[in-house]
Amino acid sequence: MNADAPGRADVLREERHGDFDTKLMRINVGPVHPATHGVLRLVVDLDGETVMGATPRIGYLHTGFEKTMEHRTWQQVVTYTNRMDYAHALGHDLAYVLAAEKLLDARVPERAQRIRVLLTELNRIASHLLGLGTGLLDMGALTPFFYTMRERERILDLLEMVSGVRMNYGYFRVGGLSRDLPDGFEAKVQAFIDDFPAALEQYFAMFLENEIWLARTRGVGVLSRETALEVGLTGPSARASGLDVDLRRDAPYSGYEDYTFDVPVAEEGDAYQRFVVRGEEMQQSLRIVQQALTRLEPGPIRDPDRRISLPERHELETSMEAVIFHFKLVTEGFHPPMGEVYVGTESARGELGYYLVSDGGSMPYRVKVRTPSLPNIQAIEPASIGGTFADMVVNIATMDPVMGDVDK
Amino acid sequence: MDPYWVIFLKALVMSVLLLGGFAYLTWLQRRLLARFQHRIGPNRTGWEGLLQPIADAIKMIFKQDVTPTHADKVVFILAPGISVVFALVAFGAIPAGPANSLFGMDPWIVDLDIGLLYVLATTSIGVYGIFLGGWAANSKYSLLGSLRSSAQIISYELGLGLSVLSVIMIAGTLNLREIVEINVWSVSPLLWPGLLVALFAFWISATAEVSNVPFDLPEAEQELVAGYITEYSSLKFALFFMAEYVGMITASAFISTLFLGGWKGPGFVDALVPGMSEWPFVWLFLKIFVLLTIFIWLQASLMRFRYDQLMRFGWVWLFEIALGAALLTGAVIAFVL
Repeated sequence: MNADAPGRADVLREERHGDFDTKLMRINVGPVHPATHGVLRLVVDLDGETVMGATPRIGYLHTGFEKTMEHRTWQQVVTYTNRMDYAHALGHDLAYVLAAEKLLDARVPERAQRIRVLLTELNRIASHLLGLGTGLLDMGALTPFFYTMRERERILDLLEMVSGVRMNYGYFRVGGLSRDLPDGFEAKVQAFIDDFPAALEQYFAMFLENEIWLARTRGVGVLSRETALEVGLTGPSARASGLDVDLRRDAPYSGYEDYTFDVPVAEEGDAYQRFVVRGEEMQQSLRIVQQALTRLEPGPIRDPDRRISLPERHELETSMEAVIFHFKLVTEGFHPPMGEVYVGTESARGELGYYLVSDGGSMPYRVKVRTPSLPNIQAIEPASIGGTFADMVVNIATMDPVMGDVDK
Repeated sequence: MDPYWVIFLKALVMSVLLLGGFAYLTWLQRRLLARFQHRIGPNRTGWEGLLQPIADAIKMIFKQDVTPTHADKVVFILAPGISVVFALVAFGAIPAGPANSLFGMDPWIVDLDIGLLYVLATTSIGVYGIFLGGWAANSKYSLLGSLRSSAQIISYELGLGLSVLSVIMIAGTLNLREIVEINVWSVSPLLWPGLLVALFAFWISATAEVSNVPFDLPEAEQELVAGYITEYSSLKFALFFMAEYVGMITASAFISTLFLGGWKGPGFVDALVPGMSEWPFVWLFLKIFVLLTIFIWLQASLMRFRYDQLMRFGWVWLFEIALGAALLTGAVIAFVL
């Protein structure tokens, strides 16, 4: 935990009560609590309504993903990656396939890269919409949640069109994609791009001009740049605190260097900016989606390397060799060379990295995921100390943690 | 005055009407909120979901009734009763029509000379139910919720009491029936500014008093789970719920009676049907309906204040505004009229 957080609480206590002997009320928030976005548990010390400490206790959604991955073939691991961060599932899929491809030195075709970027950014918008909606819900505003869900629904429809499911897509494959885009997809994405800015305007109008919302978020839960660095905060929350870091721009992957987009950064580090930065990021994601869509050209969607990608269906009827490769891939998968890689990407929540170790076998020797939500929930305590209980709820919401992303 | 058995019967009918009103207020709220939020709302049980409140009531009654082990059992059981009884009782002094209009009887239960004080007092006693309930449950969430609630309701009582002063000064009586008959707006247009400000302050205070959005802190779901009702289940939960909704109806009726002409209709309808503005129940019901719809509209459009902001708003702003309205009205009465 942040070292100076308890220190600040002591100072506050001294200020408020002097030598007078007071007792804090320790209250347990979560793991089942409406504001904890899943199963986060916080042990909160309250002095009246003022938060004096908020220690996160994690592990309530521990599913052993990393360990399970050691017993799945490299290709099967994709099934697990997207279950960690269910709100920005494709971000996890992308980070994993990029890492595995780096091990294999695979050549992913242009079209597959574009489609990956397009879908990941759409998914990022969906994730931010969820974060915004639930964040406002946590402040007692019921209606915006349903409005953001309306737009998110359209994105989920698009992703369902592509992958067949609304959650846990599993559409990316090591070496490419599982299948090509369906007919009429481009037109639907274009329609979404055309409609979304108006909806975004509507959201901004719903909260940016609301006096109560401004009073609830301005100067609330301020995280200094230093504290953000200290706890390892990344993503939109860090950018709201003045950390100008975005791996899409700073360490481009999957062809992000070809897209023009801005990285919204703010200095204040309060809940207000954490909301606004997310809102502006959606606009930038939309720009990327538009560029990816315009540059989408027909072509292959998988690495032609027979040792990585399954052969086309029709080849199985004419080529014995294809059948052999198909059999090998389906029964045991491919064998990346021995070695280890780390690939860091920018998920909707921050830096998401996969560290893979291969012993040359058909399954990973070790998978370590650097998920952004774990460091991000560490920022809740320093942001909340000295504020009220209601502010803490806002802070949890604006850190936007996904507990599957924390507990792995 | 009517015979006692008639009064008793009227009280019974009023309770039943209020409880039915509560049930259908939940339906109205859910359907309206759904419309505001791109949803349809409950529409499966009965025509347009009209049987939904009944289904909910049945469900509520048959739920397991849990009393926490460390709860103070007597107070824990008593608290929802206090809340609901005083919520119902408050309605008794509100007149719904001219004298002798209800089959030759009076359309009110009691005609108190201190009717206004009576309504203010009984709605305040309802706070005890909330406070005791939160205290007796022996849960930290309930305790926080009930503390917030008590502090909030007591602070807003001030605004409520002060904004009523304008009406009392103009009408010169505390009798709600006479206040309606005098019709504070008809006395002089010079009094309108003071009355408008008073209405504004009273409206906000009443919103806080019934814990409607944006003052719904006592049961701020995302912070305190359910506030003082966290540990309540089954029928006891339903009673608190009932008290809250009946409180909303009473507040609407009280606002209508004090500021909006009560059971009287607008004068121009007499041109359509002679005597229409004197019809009992109709106008009061319409006014309550409109005011409740505005409450629900607020629920859909606003978010919650923070505790300290709420207190500051109550003491610094609302208190001053209500006081200003009272002074303005008083000055006009003293120096102009």
